[in-house]
Amino acid sequence: MIEQKYDVIIIGGGPAGLSAAAKAVENGLKTLLLENREMLGGIPFQCVHTGFGIHCFKEDLTGGEFIARLIDRAVEKGVETMVKTHVLKIQVYSALEKTVYAASPKGFLKIQAKAIIYAAGARERHQYEIGLAGDRPDGVYTAGEAQALMDVYGVLPGKKIVIIGSGDVGLIMARRLAMERAEVKAVIEVLPYPGGLTRNIVQCLNDFNIPLYLSHMVREVKGSERVEKVIVTRVGEDMKPDGSFEFELECDTVIVSAGLKPDVDILEKIGVETDPATGGPVVNEFYETSVPLVFTAGNALVVNDLVDYDVEQGEAAATHALKLLGDYLSPRLEWRRVERGRNIRLIVPQLVSGSKDVVFYSRVQYPEDNVRLTIRETGFEKRFFKVKPAEMIRIMIPAEELAKARRGKITFEVVR
Amino acid sequence: MVGETRVAIIGAGVIGASIARVLSRFENLQVYVLDENYDVGGEASRANSSVIHPGHEEDPDNQPLRAKLCTEGNALWRRWCMELEIPVKWVGELMLFERNEDEKEAEKYVEWAHKNNVAGVRILREEELFEMDSSINRNVKGGVYAPTAGLISPFEAVVALVENAVDNGVRLLTETRVKRIVVRNNVVVGVETSKGLIETDIVINAAGLNADEVSRLAGVEPWFRIKPRKGEYIIFDKEAEPKPSLVLHTMPTPITKGVYASTTVHGNLMIGPTAEDLPYEKKKDTSTSLEGLEHLVKEAGRILCKVPPRSRIIKFFAGLRPEPPDGKWLIKAYSQPYGFINVAGIRSPGLTAAPAIANHVLSLITETYGLRLVEKKGWRPFRRQIACVSEMDYDILEKHISENPDYGEIICFCNNVSRAEVSEAIERMRRIGVKTITFDGVKLRTTAGFGKCQASRCKIRMALLISEATGTPLCNIIMKKSSIGVGGVKTLWTQNKESMKND
Repeated sequence: MIEQKYDVIIIGGGPAGLSAAAKAVENGLKTLLLENREMLGGIPFQCVHTGFGIHCFKEDLTGGEFIARLIDRAVEKGVETMVKTHVLKIQVYSALEKTVYAASPKGFLKIQAKAIIYAAGARERHQYEIGLAGDRPDGVYTAGEAQALMDVYGVLPGKKIVIIGSGDVGLIMARRLAMERAEVKAVIEVLPYPGGLTRNIVQCLNDFNIPLYLSHMVREVKGSERVEKVIVTRVGEDMKPDGSFEFELECDTVIVSAGLKPDVDILEKIGVETDPATGGPVVNEFYETSVPLVFTAGNALVVNDLVDYDVEQGEAAATHALKLLGDYLSPRLEWRRVERGRNIRLIVPQLVSGSKDVVFYSRVQYPEDNVRLTIRETGFEKRFFKVKPAEMIRIMIPAEELAKARRGKITFEVVR
Repeated sequence: MVGETRVAIIGAGVIGASIARVLSRFENLQVYVLDENYDVGGEASRANSSVIHPGHEEDPDNQPLRAKLCTEGNALWRRWCMELEIPVKWVGELMLFERNEDEKEAEKYVEWAHKNNVAGVRILREEELFEMDSSINRNVKGGVYAPTAGLISPFEAVVALVENAVDNGVRLLTETRVKRIVVRNNVVVGVETSKGLIETDIVINAAGLNADEVSRLAGVEPWFRIKPRKGEYIIFDKEAEPKPSLVLHTMPTPITKGVYASTTVHGNLMIGPTAEDLPYEKKKDTSTSLEGLEHLVKEAGRILCKVPPRSRIIKFFAGLRPEPPDGKWLIKAYSQPYGFINVAGIRSPGLTAAPAIANHVLSLITETYGLRLVEKKGWRPFRRQIACVSEMDYDILEKHISENPDYGEIICFCNNVSRAEVSEAIERMRRIGVKTITFDGVKLRTTAGFGKCQASRCKIRMALLISEATGTPLCNIIMKKSSIGVGGVKTLWTQNKESMKND
């Protein structure tokens, strides 16, 4: 058995985990990073498109270029890493004593750590989670699966494609497949507005003449061995078929791009409280979960739309880990709960002290123009020309402002 | 007949596989199992309620054969599951009713239990029920308790039976479609298949949904037709509550045993089935519908204290039960043509009765055809399960990894299935004679891809392992029935270039 002791174990070797690891080592913490796939890098590794690193490197990089830099940086700092290492269980004995059990070809691991930074990312919602009915033929993929298949393994999933869901990965896959001369028949979105960034609607669909059907759903998939066609139907405001319009699209492949879900099963097993709005853990301003010195960052915390945010959260988690490891005996802060008011779908962190500047990441429920983001208790407000669910709001609120809220909660809302 | 007798079993479902195992005991039988699919257990045997019924729901007067073989089968599975390491749990069942006036109907089953020799069946009232299983809806008034019910992994059962049969000399021929039963002078002499002629003395028709067509190929029972009866099911994730400790179900209707709610041997809440009679020709229609989904959630809500929300559903699917006329199983050995045996229309409780049906078929063979069977000396009753990481204590896991590092490489992150298990599944598929190793076959044997993410994180890596093991290029790996890809990424560019040249 491999038994070792570390200050911090980082679970997940994607953008958030690599950034957290580099920062933790820089901060002088004895650090081990565990990755369950065969190589470091996480999801950007399979992204041949650009749009990575605009904030953190001030350059527009492909996923591969971007993640290579993060890996290089972690290696330069001397981060200790293990790949093909899958965490089976975490056991918490006390604030400073945790054991991580993991399987790896090198052996069974039992590693002691004071702190854990959980950065295992998110998983894709699949056909059954979105209630895709009909036959269950081969040829239905999640967007990320199709992406890996094409751009890591060089396999074309199909020739005639229908994409369900207008999330960013789906839009990028629409373009990617069109570039390979596949016939992308349509993108079908059940909501009345697109799920992805505007730049992706323009660059991935409009530029390639791919139709986007809003307020439509795939009612049924047909096909005995392979997908043969889908039946698309218009939906009403309740998102159920309204019977007004229905048509068929012949295709051999269906790609489901219905968003991501933070992958936190292993944290739930140690009693970490989760937020139904984000699907991730409830965290305080240190990205610490309800279990002391268990931190989270990146898509495991909240599904980000810019990879730069994952990097920022990873680095912040490592810095917070250093701080809290240093003064874990000091009295715990009193938390003000961050509440979701009008048109706020989600917001992290969910707990703040009022003694520290905090960067909030939030999404609205539905698109609106000319609105103000306000904090009800303090009177803070900021104007927004446009808000939409696809575009995460990142906003820094100074400690003084947060301290003004005395009544134990801070309510964010979008008002006209 | 003297010397060695050749037997061809058509269909590698749970019935065909059970018969194969029973017949593998004899020195002077040479047994073949034919199936048109890539793998065994591909149809009704893999998509059903997974319940081993006690036998108290079979009408002893109208369905005496079903009643007898169901009760016997229940007892036999207890030994077979131990010998073959088939995942099973003997939890007992409760047939629940919500109105006091249903008690009369319920008493009927107690009486049938008595007539069918099913032990321990009795009626329980409210408090006793809730104590037995806290996941029962508080509106339920009472229920028929049957302690001998079990839950099995039906696909793994078929795999175990076939592995054991092959280990004892049976030969499996997959991707082999029956075209004709060759009869000469009123005697069966062979089966003509898509892979050529197989000479045989006895043909056993265990072709499930297609058994009516096979029967007609032999020229018997032209009136006999099998109707596909569709049942949809929902599976929730492993953490979703409630998790019934018993098999719960609503009162039977004329066409079904009711809607079941149970915790599968792999630990997921499963509800189903619906019951929809399809036209005769729709023998491949295993489609699901949103209506079916809603119906099941509603029905399960009658017996469960709560039904988990939609967001906890990880899979829904449908299976087809082969429904014979009047619900009567057709199990018969013919003398015209001599050597043909029908085991057809085996609807519920077919899974339960399978071992008993197999023994029954054995006695039909000896009685009808006067065979004197000689027991094999070295017959092996046992078969080992694939060792799985998810069920190992950590010290055992450590030992496994130190002996074979592949046990430490986890492929399926939801269910913790290792590379070693995937390789073992591939190896076992080859050993029984599967020619095309499908992703689906590996998935069903290892439970990789059966978790919350439904293989979205492990599908490609599993396909890669199959590709490595078989030498088949990744894009040609078969998922269930079709390939993972249509070619290399640049395929369409090359094709278009060629078509431009031709223009």
